[in-house]
Amino acid sequence: MAKDELMNYEKALEMFEVVIGLEVHVELNTKTKMFCGCRNEFGDEPNTNVCPICIALPGALPAVNRTAVESSISIGLALGCEIAPNGRFARKNYFYPDLAKNFQTSQYDEPIAFEGELTVELPSGSVHTVQIERAHMEEDAGKLTHIGGSTGRIQGAEYSLVDYNRAGVPLVEIVTKPVYGAGTEAPELAAAYVRSIREIVKGLGVSDAKMERGNVRCDANVSLRPHGQEKLGTRTETKNVNSLRSIERAVRYEIQRQAALLAKGTAIVQETRHWHEDKGATSAGRPKSDADDYRYFPEPDLVPVQPSKELIESLRAKLPEKPGDRRKRVQAEWGFADLEFRDVVNADLLDQIEETVNAGAKPQAARKWWTGELARIANSENKDVTELEISGAHVAELAQLVDAGKLNDRLAREVLTYVLAGEGSPAEIVAARGLEVVSDDGALIAAIDAALAKQPDVLDAIREGRMQAAGAVIGAVMQAMKGSADAGRVRELLIQKANA
Amino acid sequence: MSELIRKNASELVELLKSGQVSSVEITQAHLDRSAAVDQDVHSYLFQNAETALAAAADIDRRRAAGEQLHELAGLPIAVKDNLTTTDAPTTSGSKILEGWVPPYDATVVKKIRAAGLPILGKTNLDEFAMGSSTEFSAFGPSRNPWDLNRIPGGSGGGSSSVVASFQAPIALGSDTGGSIRFPASVTGTVGNKPTYGAVSRYGLIALASSLDQVGPVSRNVLDSALLQDLIAGHDPHDSTSLPESLGSMADAARKLDVKGMRIGVIKELMGEGFQPGVMNRFKESINLLQQAGAEIVEVSCPNFEYAIAAYYLILPAEASSNLAKFDSVRFGLRVAPEGNPTIERVMAATREAGFGPEVKRRIILGTYALSSGSYEHFYGAALKVRTLIQRDFAAAFEKADVLISPTAPTTAFKIGEKLEDPLAMYLNDIATIPANLAGIPGMSVPNGLADEDGLPTGIQLLAPARADARLYQVGAALEKMHEDIWGKRMIDFAPELEVRS
Repeated sequence: MAKDELMNYEKALEMFEVVIGLEVHVELNTKTKMFCGCRNEFGDEPNTNVCPICIALPGALPAVNRTAVESSISIGLALGCEIAPNGRFARKNYFYPDLAKNFQTSQYDEPIAFEGELTVELPSGSVHTVQIERAHMEEDAGKLTHIGGSTGRIQGAEYSLVDYNRAGVPLVEIVTKPVYGAGTEAPELAAAYVRSIREIVKGLGVSDAKMERGNVRCDANVSLRPHGQEKLGTRTETKNVNSLRSIERAVRYEIQRQAALLAKGTAIVQETRHWHEDKGATSAGRPKSDADDYRYFPEPDLVPVQPSKELIESLRAKLPEKPGDRRKRVQAEWGFADLEFRDVVNADLLDQIEETVNAGAKPQAARKWWTGELARIANSENKDVTELEISGAHVAELAQLVDAGKLNDRLAREVLTYVLAGEGSPAEIVAARGLEVVSDDGALIAAIDAALAKQPDVLDAIREGRMQAAGAVIGAVMQAMKGSADAGRVRELLIQKANA
Repeated sequence: MSELIRKNASELVELLKSGQVSSVEITQAHLDRSAAVDQDVHSYLFQNAETALAAAADIDRRRAAGEQLHELAGLPIAVKDNLTTTDAPTTSGSKILEGWVPPYDATVVKKIRAAGLPILGKTNLDEFAMGSSTEFSAFGPSRNPWDLNRIPGGSGGGSSSVVASFQAPIALGSDTGGSIRFPASVTGTVGNKPTYGAVSRYGLIALASSLDQVGPVSRNVLDSALLQDLIAGHDPHDSTSLPESLGSMADAARKLDVKGMRIGVIKELMGEGFQPGVMNRFKESINLLQQAGAEIVEVSCPNFEYAIAAYYLILPAEASSNLAKFDSVRFGLRVAPEGNPTIERVMAATREAGFGPEVKRRIILGTYALSSGSYEHFYGAALKVRTLIQRDFAAAFEKADVLISPTAPTTAFKIGEKLEDPLAMYLNDIATIPANLAGIPGMSVPNGLADEDGLPTGIQLLAPARADARLYQVGAALEKMHEDIWGKRMIDFAPELEVRS
């Protein structure tokens, strides 16, 4: 991969206005697939959730999943969209081995939902309203695994395996209108927008919304134009960026890459690009023109979806709280300062903290665990903190063990690593590994005496009020007891001894 | 030749019910007939005597045990080879599917199995039902029992010839632009294309989804009615299938009364381009209807002029997309090209080797009709014509209860005669195509023999959507009038086939 020349970000923004457009695919968590009765389940044995319909055997016909339609309408309503009275499916024709029928059943000029908007708050506190063009229903493709070759890509592979379990899984694709005016914050806006979509679909309960599993996938269109120019610049579409952090980085990268090219007078190639998390760079995919010919036409095997007014209104009545309202509510309930709360939102930790608080933790303790130790671990593992395999209930249990004095900070951190390794709940791990803080005075006094024997001056120093001298003995006791001593109790016992 | 095979299905059903004949006997008689004549007629692509007889024996056992059986239980049937069957290969007449045994039964096949009809075999068709003669079958043409040098119609020439040669009492067909009706017309048999959505398409290998419809093929109207009553009904697997029942076709076929019915003669479907013998028989049929008390009116459908043009855009467009799944990845033929076998090259080599010339012609036509820049001029324009044709019908049905025309402009033509001239071949369907574009039912009933060649002719009856019963009522009445005039069933004028052992 040739190394791209990048322009300094601030300079790029001085020279150019950034226009972005986002296409977010949301995989619905319906029990069955979009057009057949096969299970919609992630991670099953390949090609076990398949039938004549989703592997496109001759003669098979699709039938629409009603729940998927309702979920799609709910998403449209949550985005403030109009709902089409006559939503038609269309065939998008192209040959690809993961696409069983060699056409995707999608929607074209009659999407189920259109013309909405979403208000998004950025880390800086600025607020933007993103215009939604449409949200339409479609089906996912199968999954290809390319064997042989060095890149794991289809080019150079010896052969490829297809898993059709995902073929026909219901998707909703949400497409924005061009987004202007975010200035230097365009990358943050892109990420914040996707975060809000995730919050909405999770809140609706219509998607598991796990980006690492591809439940929510984002294609980011980026183009630049000189300030004051009306005509949009040539765009690139960076495909399948699979974490919020990556979205932000990919958009930033494209801005810098395109700016460097444009400044040299080089035209931008309209193409899809791939984001490489490890290299922090995008690379060219296939050329894409507006004239890409998918030969769309109305799907003759399906009658149009005609949701009744009653259905739409009943779904509207069931919409959960809007993300903005929810934020205001939980911030007040938890009593977080603005700055604390912004950190939580930016780290995408609202759900986790809410779950932790609901499991019995104090809000501040929940916040500290998630934005502190857990964020640090995620960062060191180059992951998003939300990807860590730990539940709010576990974090709450851990915080309660600390509050009860059963764990000190160091032990709690150790227990945390075992929870993340899948050893069980904090209480189970404490029991199994015998990690509880030792607050048995007898054991502590014996250890203190042993330490004092090596440092006899310490008691005198304490009596003279030089409390820092106690630190050496506490340290020695902790070392002797391999960190499981209750440091507070050691200190108390030491003072008692000095004053005895 | 066993007399059983010449009997109408309704007669066989009575013999079965009364216990005079067993299903095994009837099934065996038809299998024997196939052994005697099918190497000449070539109606079947596949037969399995063992499974057919086993199904027949099962029904005989159940009948003997006093079980409540379906009215048609024990009556053997032939199935067009574009309907999926788990116990027989399903090829749709194409090399690309040669030997493919589907893992599921079409809904109509499920229904006939559940009703206890032994399946005699799978009948020939033009590849993917694209054609009017079966000459485009990858496995060779079927032949017309009236003259083995002539075509039995298409695409369902296997199903028409199988009943015309007494190898089966009834058969299943499918009709996208006339594939049930044209073959019926040129073989002196009966066929009905039901209202779009009356019969499930699940398991019918799609040609053009918005036009395809499964329907009955038989030697008389009542037999088709009995079969349509069995296969019709809503299917949750086919979202275009109608939710409501259309009533009993058999009851309609038993009325034998056309008094007071308004019969509309379509002005645009007669005269120029129609064989004189065909027109003579058609005029006789009009007179018979009038004598029987029907009111004859003339109707005009001015947009029928554009029907073939619109049809040959809509059909290829849908077909080009429907046939994209034949890519060698999951089923059917796989051809490895020379050199580096990339997926694109394997797909291309497979489709090159597996599809015949007519299929390729239509895929190319359809791909072009849908491509950007062409869409509005071709596919989009064709959809508008479709709407105009629907309006023509709506206006005509204001004046008439049933419309009539000759089913086809000519009697059966010779094998090879139109093979090099696709346009001439397409014109056979001029009278049948409008019904598919409008989704209305259409039936072909034999109405005599043409003076110039002694070959059978057919009359087409058309009714508004969901009014299939009117076709059975008028069709059966007309059939009776013709039989009275000619002195016997039209099919009984067919020459004896040479029997081989």
